[in-house]
Amino acid sequence: MDKVYPSAEAAVEDVFDGAVVAFGGFFSAGKPLELTRALAKKGVKNLTVVTQQVGTGNEEILELVEKGMIKKAICNYPFPRSATKGLEHPFEQAVRKGTIAVEVYPMGTFAEKMRCAGAGLYGFYTPTGAGTVVAEGKEVRVFSGVETILETALPLDFAFVHAWKGDHEGNLIYRHTANNYNNVMAMAGNITIAEVEMLSETGELDPNCIHTPGIFVKRVVEVGRPELWRVEV
Amino acid sequence: MSITAKKMILPETPPLEREMIALRIANMLQDGSYVNLGIGIPTLVSNWIEGRDIILQSEIGMLKTGPLAEGELIDQDRINASCQYVCELPGTSYFNIETSFAMIRGGRMDVAVLGALQVSATGDLAGWNNPARGLGNVGNIGGSMDLAVGARKLIIAMEHVTTGGEAKIVEKCTYPLTARACVDVIVTNYALIEVTPKGLVLKETIPGVTAEDIQNMTAAPLIIAEDLHEMEL
Repeated sequence: MDKVYPSAEAAVEDVFDGAVVAFGGFFSAGKPLELTRALAKKGVKNLTVVTQQVGTGNEEILELVEKGMIKKAICNYPFPRSATKGLEHPFEQAVRKGTIAVEVYPMGTFAEKMRCAGAGLYGFYTPTGAGTVVAEGKEVRVFSGVETILETALPLDFAFVHAWKGDHEGNLIYRHTANNYNNVMAMAGNITIAEVEMLSETGELDPNCIHTPGIFVKRVVEVGRPELWRVEV
Repeated sequence: MSITAKKMILPETPPLEREMIALRIANMLQDGSYVNLGIGIPTLVSNWIEGRDIILQSEIGMLKTGPLAEGELIDQDRINASCQYVCELPGTSYFNIETSFAMIRGGRMDVAVLGALQVSATGDLAGWNNPARGLGNVGNIGGSMDLAVGARKLIIAMEHVTTGGEAKIVEKCTYPLTARACVDVIVTNYALIEVTPKGLVLKETIPGVTAEDIQNMTAAPLIIAEDLHEMEL
């Protein structure tokens, strides 16, 4: 089996208008920069983007904002931390104008919604968010005296992930905290595209060290080591 | 107009620096515990636990998070959840975000230290959405709701009143909640207050400040502990 694509552009070619696309990574760690740039270059409409945030330190996704490609963002920490910086931020401005809708989930719920989708489950009950605005409109159920709310699976049309090492069959290894959302998004993606810093021949990676087994990955692109990110929070 | 909009009367004694709030909390942590520190003052707690048998979890996916990294030790793939470059320690482990929140919701976190916008008389926490920002029901939830619900003990580190001089410890939160009845202890730049079934108990004040002074800047009734004493640092 060989899942290697010649370029990021070729790997994102079939992303369609209205698709749900997830982007792994957390600030400087594990962001699929090349796939995101390729998507911005391609240009599609009405995307629903699923990502930790579209705020500071996520400039590649901002390009999608500025090109008007996003209809909705599903996040857990969408905006810059500072309210003053937020006012100048293109994503926050788009949300204030109403041109981009935003849906926010607690971080653990955000991840678990994708884990469910990847694991063939349709929902789960969590105590997180009970009694808060997050619970509005959701089924409430009490287990062992604890109030929980029903959260549902979040399946993805495309998942863009970044790995340190990968092989031709899509087995992936992440580096340090660059794993973060990448594994769970890879699991939830109908079409998961992995950009890898180092592409290995199949059989070269230690099978004991694989984080994401290749069955979750449809395409692999080698992109090299990304430039150092300096993020101001 | 809610009681929280009222300007509180502050004593002439200067309040503690943020680092000293962090030190008081560090002294409260027991050796052998797993601890998660939120953004802001809570992060400063890490400056005071070097050499102690305390393991910091970072919800991005790192256990045994080391001190902040500088110079050549900076690695873009190794950050904490406050997006700071950190070091590794002997025994550090990395994992994906779904595992990270299994630790948090699953009751493995002995202590979480979070900041707050408001804490109520019954220990409700409001910390993720300041309505003044004008973004309605969306905001930066991040890991706060999961931590507030999942941690075995929740310590709040915050300034006693807002920069505008309004109370942050209130009868009932007027800001959107992070979680209900979740706070155990509040450490401010003036006092240490415990949340008990009977109400808020004032346990410690900084030198030069009386219980009456603390009540004057608190918009919820305080029970004075029998062993009320000066905060030792």
